[in-house]
Amino acid sequence: MKLSRRRVWAIVRKELREYRHNRSLILGMAVLPLVFIIQPLIAVLDLSAAASSPLGDEHVLLYMLGIPILVPVIVAASAVAGERQQGTLEPALTTPIRRDEFLLGKALAALVPSLAIAYVVYAVFLVLVVLFAQQGIASALIRGPDLLAQVLFTPLLAAWSIWVGIAVSTRSSDVRVAQQLGLLVSVPPVFAVVLIALNVIPATLGLALGCAAVLLVLDVLGWRVTSRLFDRERLVTGAR
Amino acid sequence: MSSSSGESRDPALSVDRLTKRFGDRLAFSDVSFDVARGEVFGFLGPNGAGKTTTVRTLGTLLEPSSGSAAVAGLALTRENGVEIRKRISIMPESPGLYLRLSILENLECFADLYELPDPRDRIERALRAMDLTGRAQDPCGTLSKGLRQRVALARALLSEPEVLFLDEPTAGLDPVATREVHELIVGLRQRGVTIFLTTHRLEEAERLCDRVAILNTTLRTIGRPDELREQLFRKALTVRTLVELPDPARVFAGRPAVSGWHQDGPAAYVVAVSDAGVAAPAVTRALVAAGADVLSIGETQHSLEDVYLELIDEDREAARR
Repeated sequence: MKLSRRRVWAIVRKELREYRHNRSLILGMAVLPLVFIIQPLIAVLDLSAAASSPLGDEHVLLYMLGIPILVPVIVAASAVAGERQQGTLEPALTTPIRRDEFLLGKALAALVPSLAIAYVVYAVFLVLVVLFAQQGIASALIRGPDLLAQVLFTPLLAAWSIWVGIAVSTRSSDVRVAQQLGLLVSVPPVFAVVLIALNVIPATLGLALGCAAVLLVLDVLGWRVTSRLFDRERLVTGAR
Repeated sequence: MSSSSGESRDPALSVDRLTKRFGDRLAFSDVSFDVARGEVFGFLGPNGAGKTTTVRTLGTLLEPSSGSAAVAGLALTRENGVEIRKRISIMPESPGLYLRLSILENLECFADLYELPDPRDRIERALRAMDLTGRAQDPCGTLSKGLRQRVALARALLSEPEVLFLDEPTAGLDPVATREVHELIVGLRQRGVTIFLTTHRLEEAERLCDRVAILNTTLRTIGRPDELREQLFRKALTVRTLVELPDPARVFAGRPAVSGWHQDGPAAYVVAVSDAGVAAPAVTRALVAAGADVLSIGETQHSLEDVYLELIDEDREAARR
């Protein structure tokens, strides 16, 4: 089956245009990163130079991988449920678009702002730490492997989160319910990330490679499972 | 329009014993009909009769439970779904526009979903056809119901479909907006577009459709509105006089082509006839000879509504029994 790039792009462009005008969605996407950045930033800026030594044994900044887990869910959870609620799903499905093109378009549209937010928030955090933290704190916090992990795991986690969000969205007829359920499902991976950041689970290269491989598999599986859940007939007739 | 190209003599739609069930519930059953290319075909029925489900099934949104169909020359199968949807267009009852986006942005999205060549030109033409050019930048959320319906029609026309399904296109519209939609449908008909129109506005069907089918889970009847009237109702003359006739039997009985009569009010009579052209002059002469003051005499007119109500009432009676 050949996917049409143009049809996928049509969905991506339409979604991005809709996000621009959707204040509640923008608010939701903005509030979560703020939660992640403000309190920890205050705590880090408050640290004395002497605290830099114990920080060197932890990977505290990995907790910011929670952003690419939580932000995409909010966007993706409205992907199908939002269309159903607006009554726009049926007209879209009467066009030649295939199920996988529709879902891929939705996923890419959620991925773009999620990655942008995750990377920008991370960069802002680092810049503020470099500029305003006590001597030694920045170098203890900001380390090459952690930066690499942030860069590589952000898209992997975001993609997983997006498929979870869309999957929930295909089974729900209400956007808010879908978002709440999506957030609930995303709690375990956030918890795992926090445990790694606090060194409860030691962050090793082996763990990183293992997690990356598992996430890659989950991302592919996520697409397939979501595609199966997307039952045109049930969605159009409103059957549950 | 593709439909006017004359590339094929096949019917635009050919439906054979099509049935759709949702579990135990029967949506429609054993439905068969053909729609010729360029025809405006009315699909009537009460709420819950299965009209929208039929449209969704023919539009490949739902899979039939049994039976077969060909849509725009292609067999209705899962494999042909994308190709069929390229050749048809469906305007659902609710316009389903992206309300946060402008008219132009809505149309751009659908032009890309249909992978239209030269989308700018197609969009401009659709906007012109629906008289929306000056409002292209307006967000759809700010439009009136009638305008939204027009945008939905513009969207449906973008792909220049071989078959256009209009599902209750005037539902909830005021009389002015309804008239506008009717004029648009007449315009499309003149351009040779095959239109499958579901409605429960009978005057709409009578005015716009070449043929109509009446569905009440099963197909009750199909034909031209005048054919259906003839099939269902016996021909009759309606006679009105100034005062009641003292002996109506003497006037009506035994006249050429008259098969019976009954009184239908104080000074009104319905005369059953086999040929109105023969019976009317004979009845008129008899009335004059009897010294009656005739107010009017004419063939009894039955509307499509009478046909519809007659059939639906029959179904209700049958269900009660």
